[in-house]
Amino acid sequence: MRDVAIIGIGDTKFGELWDSSLRRIGIEAGIAAISDAGISGDEVDALYVGNMSAGRFIEQEHVAALIADYAGLTKNHIPAVRVEASGASGALALREGYLSVASGEYDIVVVGGAEKMTDVGDEDITNIQAAAMDQEWESVFGATLPSLYAMMARRYMHEYGATREQFASVPVKNHANAAKNPKAQYRRAIKPETVLNATMVADPLGMFDCAPNSDGAAAVVLAPMEIAKKYTDTPIRIAGSGQASDSLALHQRRDILTMDATVYAVRRALKQAKKEVKDIQVAELNDNYTISEILALEDIGFVEKGKGAEFSHSGQTAIDGRIAVNTSGGLKARGNPIGATGIAQAVEIVRQLRGDAGERQVDGAQVGLTHNVGGTGATAIVHILEVA
Amino acid sequence: MGSIPRFWRENPSRYNLVGVKCENCGRVFFPPREICPVCHRESIGKMKRLALSGKGTVYSYTIVQDAHPQFEMLKPYVLAMVEMEEGVKITSQIIDVEPEDVRIGMKVEAVMRRLGAEGNSGILHYGYKFRPVNEQE
Repeated sequence: MRDVAIIGIGDTKFGELWDSSLRRIGIEAGIAAISDAGISGDEVDALYVGNMSAGRFIEQEHVAALIADYAGLTKNHIPAVRVEASGASGALALREGYLSVASGEYDIVVVGGAEKMTDVGDEDITNIQAAAMDQEWESVFGATLPSLYAMMARRYMHEYGATREQFASVPVKNHANAAKNPKAQYRRAIKPETVLNATMVADPLGMFDCAPNSDGAAAVVLAPMEIAKKYTDTPIRIAGSGQASDSLALHQRRDILTMDATVYAVRRALKQAKKEVKDIQVAELNDNYTISEILALEDIGFVEKGKGAEFSHSGQTAIDGRIAVNTSGGLKARGNPIGATGIAQAVEIVRQLRGDAGERQVDGAQVGLTHNVGGTGATAIVHILEVA
Repeated sequence: MGSIPRFWRENPSRYNLVGVKCENCGRVFFPPREICPVCHRESIGKMKRLALSGKGTVYSYTIVQDAHPQFEMLKPYVLAMVEMEEGVKITSQIIDVEPEDVRIGMKVEAVMRRLGAEGNSGILHYGYKFRPVNEQE
């Protein structure tokens, strides 16, 4: 396997982009990444696209070929591959693109992620999100995605004595970070009371415990390390890529308060990278709900099981904390266009490792981690990135 | 969502809580699966049908305020993960109770109720929900 580097990044603003179509945001991100890498379209060997559900959001399947087409890449008839793993679609596209370069099959690969959610109403979005769960044994009985995460949150509070005030530290911190990110959906800081007094979605999770519905796209350009320096002075190495699966239904897990898929994905990524958790300075974690970021802190190993809520509440995940988490604003405040999220996480870590993160820069960041989850944890994907 | 066969073929488990027991290791699974995830090849042909007792305790729960359109009339409703006597966990609603009275550890039993309907005038779907057990009885 060859060493692989990210040589270009691009992303759209995230939000309710009513004047943009899926193809338009996909291409905007892709062109930004290609321009950043300084490559020409003729150098691209293959395209991978992470997308959860264009078939239901905009009634369009076959979106990899569509985006290749409108990006002007059909001239060379390159392979275009759409990848789906619900919320982890973006990271899975990155991993598949990474493997295709590492294997020697391709040299220059563009990996994009895109989702256009707001062409349908909120009720339809609730139903489409639920397709990431077990339709036959969860959704049919009235479960929604937030309701399953709410049951994790309730059990967590029961077992560890955690409070909603502690959970609220997650969106408060992520909104503060997003205020410093020009691409974020919600660029304003919020107070803990805003989180605690918000309308309930599924008790104990309220509106501000949940990531929003968003449109957006992000892209990266990959190249083998041996030629990466030809294109950029700051190639970022993909040091480790780990993926794991678990039961689709939450109630069939060994423990609903540990995402075993995250535990295994982290273990595999760190082993490949020959690193330990303590080597990481900056991380983008899958905060689709407040409880998700808390569990991820524990399952990755930043803090022991049961201590995540307290760890977060004490400020240790802030930009100047022990481990900077979701400097982009995370899914909660940067936005969560599902298929784009895993790529947007990598884009943020590359900005941090290049030293280009502006007001939200983590001092001396050398090693970063991305963590992307599908459904309630049936897929988890972790990447370790480092300054080459 | 779905067609008539899609619901009909799951009726034994949704009406009578039919799961399976792996006769190789003794573990119980619900809904039925063909292969034991622990015993793999050793379990082939040894996954025997087993109807659950229907009795269990609340492992976790939530009060759903923001529901699928088809459950709009029910909300707010209580969704729970119930740990059954046989050790497996099941997700469904808790009924015949005030939402604020539900507690982790509460004893419940399965009852058959209407789950939903195909559109506004289509066939009805039935399956298990849970209700509290009065321990004095």
